[in-house]
Formats: sequence, structure tokens, C-alpha cells
Amino acid sequence: MDATTSTSSESDLGEKGRAQDASAAISGAEIRLEDVTKRYPGQNTAAVDGLNLTIPAGEIVMFVGPSGCGKTTSLKMINRLIEPTSGTIMIGDNDVRKQSADELRRHVGYVIQGGSLFPHMTVAKNIAIVPKLLGWESDRIARRVDELLDMVNLDPSKYRGRHPRELSGGQQQRVGVARGLAADPPVVLMDEPFGAVDPITRQRLQDELLSIQRTLRKTIVCVTHDIDEAIKLGDRILILQEGAQVAQYDTPENVLASPSNDFVSDFVGSGSSLKQLSLARVSELEIQSPTTGRVGESSAQAIERARSAGDDSLVILDDRDRPAAWVWLRQIKGEQLHERERENLSTLDHRATLNDALDTMLTSTHGGAIVTGDNDRYLGVVDFSAVVDRMRVMQTEAQDRAASAVTAESRPEDEHDPDAPMEDREPSDV
Amino acid sequence: MWEFIEDRRVQILTNAWNHAYLVILAILFATVIAIALAMIVTRLPKLEPAANAVSAVGLTIPSFALIGLLLPFTGLGAPTALLAVTFYAVLPILRNAVVGLAGVDPNLVESARGMGMSELASMFRIRLPLAWPVILAGIRISMQMSMGIAAIAAYVLGPGLGVGIFIGLAQIGGKNAVNEALVGTLGIVLIALVLDVLLLALGRVTTSKGIRV
Repeated sequence: MDATTSTSSESDLGEKGRAQDASAAISGAEIRLEDVTKRYPGQNTAAVDGLNLTIPAGEIVMFVGPSGCGKTTSLKMINRLIEPTSGTIMIGDNDVRKQSADELRRHVGYVIQGGSLFPHMTVAKNIAIVPKLLGWESDRIARRVDELLDMVNLDPSKYRGRHPRELSGGQQQRVGVARGLAADPPVVLMDEPFGAVDPITRQRLQDELLSIQRTLRKTIVCVTHDIDEAIKLGDRILILQEGAQVAQYDTPENVLASPSNDFVSDFVGSGSSLKQLSLARVSELEIQSPTTGRVGESSAQAIERARSAGDDSLVILDDRDRPAAWVWLRQIKGEQLHERERENLSTLDHRATLNDALDTMLTSTHGGAIVTGDNDRYLGVVDFSAVVDRMRVMQTEAQDRAASAVTAESRPEDEHDPDAPMEDREPSDV
Repeated sequence: MWEFIEDRRVQILTNAWNHAYLVILAILFATVIAIALAMIVTRLPKLEPAANAVSAVGLTIPSFALIGLLLPFTGLGAPTALLAVTFYAVLPILRNAVVGLAGVDPNLVESARGMGMSELASMFRIRLPLAWPVILAGIRISMQMSMGIAAIAAYVLGPGLGVGIFIGLAQIGGKNAVNEALVGTLGIVLIALVLDVLLLALGRVTTSKGIRV
């Protein structure tokens, strides 16, 4: 394969990726909470007090708020791990209280912190739990386990027979996500899913979740205390105050741009322009296309191609267009190109935030990061200067906005009450 | 003494076999009873102090006294012996099983319930396998203890090596008294060691590789 065909095949892939993105059918179901209240005996105030909420099918909704605000209680009422005192919860057209709790839970994925894998079962058995409860045949279960491991980027042949303690924290969490998706539930509930891993792993897991979600389009409800995670993952963010009172329920952009009250603006820290780094996505950056090679291709040819293009490094792709290695030309040894340990590869999902991009670049030996699209397909490479350029543009935009806001404020009728515009803003979609 | 053993080889082996059989049977019953009780206690935590009290107080009852108390109801013979040994065997297993089952990470149990595992299934598939090493430790303690109690059960004509010990005691000063008692005692120690090794092996086989220490 020469340089020209490789670039043309990449653009084909790009189009395929987008086409797939657009056609991916929503497999999630709408969740509706109507006047849901949870009151614990012996407590004066309700843990959750009359919560009304509609979670659209196929979206990720993040529940955030200070500890004790009732976000986890609200989540656990959806699969009835906590029984509501009153109110109705509907998943699609089904009232969750009209079926047995066990039956309901087999059709709602549940992922909790650290994966919570059962240490006495192998990875395959952990993933197979719900399919087994649903009575699937063993062939079908085995196929599904391999498919899911592949989806969360764990080599089935290597990992299916391992026990959880033989996995790293990030790998355990991946298996936890695979287990939650095992029986293909329309709704997946996640409780602080990435709370127990280091920041770099967390970012990678978030990217993977976004990538999986683009193809599956489940309805995902996720509790977190990390506002940056909420901004990154959420199609919508639900910010809760004590008693699960809705402070704001809106898209990340709107929450940052127009917080509904002081509580929200304090909580999201919307004043800081650095938060905007969590809003901007890698896909907005200028993506470069350095020379690529294939696993199994002749090393000499690949090096020759990179040299003539003026590159001193080479991105190696596997047979499914996923990045397998990013190597300096002088590092290439052997007749053929081969994979390296992927754990060390600095990759970014194209939906990752600029925040993530900076984190990743700091640990990369190339001063840049590989950008991947759906199903981890290779898209290109971004470097540090692309991020800095983008930040500069954003800053100018912000300054322009601030300047026009000042002109607006200097109008005499607004001067006497600077708080008025804040109160005028209604939280939308509540 | 060697002569003594040679002469009564068959008798001693039969007694040893009966002793081991009595203990193994008692341990089997005790394990089932103790785990069942511990599961109930795990389900109803209010019962835990009661269970702990029973397993502590129970051990203070002298075995001689208990066997005496059982006599009017069950008479002389093997059933009384089995009953008494089982009673004592339950106690250490119960204590360990309660601790072991309650000690399973609540997140794991909630995770199992959250995936739609029934309460019973999560007990047998999650709690029990995870608590198994702790329960097994209780079974080993119980086994050692039951060896001695089974010897005393010979007093009510129970089977086993205790017979020799009692004959020795009854004929104190007699020609073979020391031999009788010594063979009985050493035999019990030997069987205890063998069964303990077997239990260790059983533990190896029945404990998941994922939680083996």
C-alpha cells in the first residue's frame, strides 16, 4: 500500500464512520420520573422530594450535586434498589413497580464504582451473569462475552479466563461496563463508574464510553460528583440541591453559559474560563495526518514513505484501523511493523475535551496525541500547538462576548438591578 | 506396646475407622446446620447477638454433662454420640459462618441484587463462595475439637477410639491399661492430623482461584 492509497482509504473510513454515526438507531428507552419521593422513617426531611424528570431515549444524563443531595437515591429508585415512598417511574411504557424487582433489574444495566466484579468468578463469568439469569444458551453467552470484551478493548482470548484481581483498576472498570451492557438493556444506570481510577485511565474510560454510546445509543443515567465528568459525558446535566431539588436540568453548554442560580454557578465554577476547556472537543481542533503504516507491512517501505513525507515518526494501524503503535522511525526494528503494548499509547477520542487532550499530551512522548473516532478507528493526530491555538480563539470569543455584555449592561434601565438577568433565566426542560 | 497393637490390630483399626466416621458425619451435619443458621442470621441481623451468645455459651457446657443429659432421651449408643458431637461441632462453624457471610463487601451484594439476582441466588452464588475460606477455617477448628468430644462419647457406648481410653481408665494398674489408653489417644491425634490435611486439600479444591490466598 503506498502513501496515496492509504490516505484515500482513511477518508473513506471517515465517511463510513459518520454514516454509521447518523444511522445508529436509538436502542435506549425514555425514563420518566413523576413526583417521586423517598422518605426514610424517622427523618424529618425527605431524601428525595417530589422529583419530576424526563430522560430522553438514547441520551446520557448526568446527575451531579453535593454529597447527600439525593442523586444516588434517585438513581437507585429507577431499578428499585431503593423503593420510592410515592410517585411513578416509567421506563418506556412500563411502570417499574408493576413488575418484579428482579425481572426489572435484569433489563436495566447497572455499573458501580470500581466495577464491583465478583472476585471468585472469571471475567467471562462476571459478564455472563445477567444473560445466564435470563436463560440464554451457553453458545450465545460465550459469543456475547467475546463481543463485549472486544467492545471495551480487552482481548477476549487473553482476558476472559482471568480473575478480577489479575486485572488493573481500569481493566476491572471496563469489565464492569461490559457486564452492565451484557444483556443489551435499553437503560444503563451508572453510579460513580469511574471514581476509583487514576485521571488518565478515567479519561480513557470516558472516551471509550462515549465511543460505545455513539454506536449503541442507550439511555444512560450516570451519577457523579465530578462536574468536569458531567460536562464531558452528559448530553444533559441534572444539578441537584438537597432533597433532590432540581437546580438546573440542561445541556452542558447552557449550564456553563447561563447557570440558573448562584448555587449552580458556584457548583460548576462557570466563572472560570478554564471550564470552557471541558466544553471544547478534540474534534474542533485541526487534526493532522502523519504517515501511517499497517501491522505486518514491510518496515523499510513504511520508513521510506515517512521520510519522503518529512515525518520522523509513524502511526501503525491494525487490521481494523485502530491505532496499534506510534513510534519514532529510529525505534522501528525488524522486517515488519508490529503492535506495541496499547496501554502506553496516547489516544484521544474525538469527543474528548481539550482538558483531556492537555492531560494526555503531558504524558505522551510525542508531545501530541492520536485521535480516534467510532469503534476506535484512527482519525489523525493533534499536537500541543493546535490546543493552544484553539484556546486563543476561544479566549478572543469570550472577550468579545464580555465586551458586548458590558455595552448591554451600560444601558441605563439595567443599571439599578444587576441581578435581574440572572433570575430571568428559566431552567429549561425541567 | 508394639505387641499389643499387633495383637489387636483389627480391633484398633475398626475403632479408628468408627472414630473418623463419627467425626466426619458430625462435621457434615454441623456444616449444613451452621451455614443454614448463619444465612438466617445474615438475613435477620437482629439475631446476630443471640447466635454469638449460643456459640460462646454452648462451648462452656462440659461435654460429659451434655452426654449425660442426652441419655434419658436418646439412650446408649451411636445416635447419642453423634448428636453430642454434632452439637459441639456446630458452634465454631456457626461463629465463623456468621462473621464470614456478614463480612462480604456490601457493594458486591448490592451489585448482584442490582443485576437481578434473587436474594437466595446472591446468598449461594456470591456470599457463600466469598465467605467459604472463613467458614472452612471454622470447620477445621470444629474438626479438631470433635475428635476429643467423640472420645468422650465412648462413655455412652459410642463408637471409636474413646473405647480404648475408657477401658484403660477402668483397668488402671492392670497389665494393658496404659497401652489401651495410649493407643486410643495417639490414634485420635493421628486421625486428626490426617483429616486436617484432607480438609486443607478440600479447601484448595473448593476455593475459587480468584480469592485463594
